[in-house]
Amino acid sequence: MQQSLLVLTVAVALGNAVAIAQQTTACSNCDLGRSRVEAIAEEFATDVHARNGMGCNACHTGAGRGAQAKGISAIPRQRIPELCGSCHADVDRIKRLNPSLHTDQLAQYRTSVHGIKLAEGDKKVAVCTDCHGVHSILPASDPHSAVHPLNVAHTCQRCHADAEYMKPYHIATDQYAGYTDGAHHEAMVSRGDLSAPTCTTCHGSHGAVPTGIESVASVCGTCHVLQAKYFEESPHKRIFALMNIASCVTCHSSHRVRHPDDTFVGTGPKAVCGNCHTPDEPAGQMANGIHDRFQRLEADLAGAKSLLDRAEHSGMDVSGVQFELSQAGDALTKARVTLHTATLSRVTEDVNTGTAVVVKAHQAGEEALREQGRRRKLVLIPLVAIVALLFSLGAYIREIERAPGSATGTKR
Amino acid sequence: MKTAVLVRTWIEERLEVDQFIAPLRSKTVPRHRFSIWYFLGGITLFLFFVQVLTGLLLLLYYRPSTQEAYESVQYITTRVQFGWLVRSIHFWSANLMIFMAFAHMFSVVFLRAYRKPRELTWMSGMALLFLTLGFGFSGYLLPWTMLSFFATKVGTEVAGQVPVVGHTLLVFMRGGEDVSGATLARFFSLHVVMLPALAATLLMFHLWLVQKFGMSVPPSVERRWAQIPEVRKEVRFFPNFLLRDLMTWCAILATLVVLAALFPAQLGHKADPFAPTPFGIKPEWYFLAQFQTLRLLPAKILGIEGELIGVFGFGLAAAVWLALPLLESHLGRNGPRWVRTAALLGMVYLGSLTLYAYFAK
Repeated sequence: MQQSLLVLTVAVALGNAVAIAQQTTACSNCDLGRSRVEAIAEEFATDVHARNGMGCNACHTGAGRGAQAKGISAIPRQRIPELCGSCHADVDRIKRLNPSLHTDQLAQYRTSVHGIKLAEGDKKVAVCTDCHGVHSILPASDPHSAVHPLNVAHTCQRCHADAEYMKPYHIATDQYAGYTDGAHHEAMVSRGDLSAPTCTTCHGSHGAVPTGIESVASVCGTCHVLQAKYFEESPHKRIFALMNIASCVTCHSSHRVRHPDDTFVGTGPKAVCGNCHTPDEPAGQMANGIHDRFQRLEADLAGAKSLLDRAEHSGMDVSGVQFELSQAGDALTKARVTLHTATLSRVTEDVNTGTAVVVKAHQAGEEALREQGRRRKLVLIPLVAIVALLFSLGAYIREIERAPGSATGTKR
Repeated sequence: MKTAVLVRTWIEERLEVDQFIAPLRSKTVPRHRFSIWYFLGGITLFLFFVQVLTGLLLLLYYRPSTQEAYESVQYITTRVQFGWLVRSIHFWSANLMIFMAFAHMFSVVFLRAYRKPRELTWMSGMALLFLTLGFGFSGYLLPWTMLSFFATKVGTEVAGQVPVVGHTLLVFMRGGEDVSGATLARFFSLHVVMLPALAATLLMFHLWLVQKFGMSVPPSVERRWAQIPEVRKEVRFFPNFLLRDLMTWCAILATLVVLAALFPAQLGHKADPFAPTPFGIKPEWYFLAQFQTLRLLPAKILGIEGELIGVFGFGLAAAVWLALPLLESHLGRNGPRWVRTAALLGMVYLGSLTLYAYFAK
């Protein structure tokens, strides 16, 4: 099997090499010069198009010699989306090559800010080759591809973090710095979770647009389903809409999305509720109430865990209770999600579920330690008997050795 | 009292027990300032009996399969009446037995009790020490916990480093390429059948030799007794010495009970062969010195794999130590001094490397 695969791979590689060599020969007399063409041909050998049997003339349709060749050495930027779209928007063609590949990239691109500005004559905006590469295009699933999930943010920042380049557009250039400092980037890079969000997850890829105020909750809600649902049910929904402020990002920020913790809740120094509410008003008091409930359950949970650990280390089996205690952690997590309803009674309900589990676990832990204590006391009985025997033996030895000549016998 | 005499007479009439006890009554044990070291062998023997007894009790519930081993030990610890105590005593007795066996071995070296005609007593004792370590290694896997699984994996990998036969040895020990149910089955059979049978046979031979040659008297004491015969002291083996032995056994049993009550054996988590190796995995304390040595050795020494040299070194050291009484006579007049120095260095090496490995991250 492996041998067959090897033969097949070599055959395909040889076929491609022959095809590219033919193209190279055909293009060798162009103004770029032989060495430059050879360099491009070498680069193109790794390209997904070359691997599918395409050559230079698939894009450079005017490939030829002399004066005609001069015009095709570089394809004008404004023509690139249409050129790529001539194949990639061709459903029949793409279906034959890769049925799972989408064919709406060009249509999407035309609706994007990049596409609209390009149509207006702005040649600085991104076209296909800016993100995908020119002669070394790789499938997005290839980790070396500039559009692989791990590399997307870096690819976007090449323009969007360049303050000079972005000056005419009057938009911020700190998105990449914020993103790389946030929880989403950490999930993607540190944990290798390729499903974690990157630029294109929220803004779209080919149809990239800034996320509007009204669509923020929908975008975040594609992953954070429950949080979005609860926010829809909260009093904040109507008020945010009235004030014309974005939902999720108002509390969580947009690109620099940090891991939320309980200090976010309430009116404390780090709390986001305090941005709008004071500690004295009912909403501020409620936020502080929620914060206190979280803190108490967290502390109770840690206390019960520590108690069960002590019981376990003393040799008692508390694995069943330890498993049950994980449900209290789940309840706390759920309460932290229910927080998005901004309704004290609903949060309290979840917290109380967790507290009930913690109380039960705490009782079980104390019982295990009491049982351990009983066991230790029980062991005292044989211990006393053994020590008594020890002293009796000592006394008996002294007694039998007190008699003269009783300790010694014949030599061996 | 009258009944006891009647029973004794009844047994004596039928079995003639007195004729077996008579030699013991006339047997004596030398008494001098080093006599206390004589008890270490008896303590090790007692701990072996404790192991056999508690092991038999554990066998009533233990099930040697990857699906049931952990659960059965958990059942013993949590549901069986005094199961936790029996398991904890088995655990502490195993550790103390290994410690006492080492202490006994070093005391024999420093008192030069291995010298002629006791060479075979020494060699059978050394073989028993190796078997004791084998008991520890094979028994550690039986609860099928994460730590025991990975410690066995690392331990058998070391065995795989033995030149020429390493891989065959590894496959033989594991019952395949990896630590699995097959490994557990053969470690179980090793722990409860093969090693006990071997140990019991060797132990009888060792005890017979001890009885045959009697207790060795250290050379310094022997010289003094030769110069001043009246300072020679001896004590009857039966009942005087045996009762003292019983006293030390009681003290050890009390220690075991206290240790089991205060620090019961823990179980940890069930082994998961697909989980990554836990960070900082270490073997039991009695293998820590060898483990740390292998860790400290460079990857290559003179073009040869460091671990290979380490394993070869351990084998060589064990062989030399086993043949100690024979080698000492070849070292001439300074032989005893060389042996004492080697024993001292060996103790320092084992102690310091064990502590280093214990505290190393």
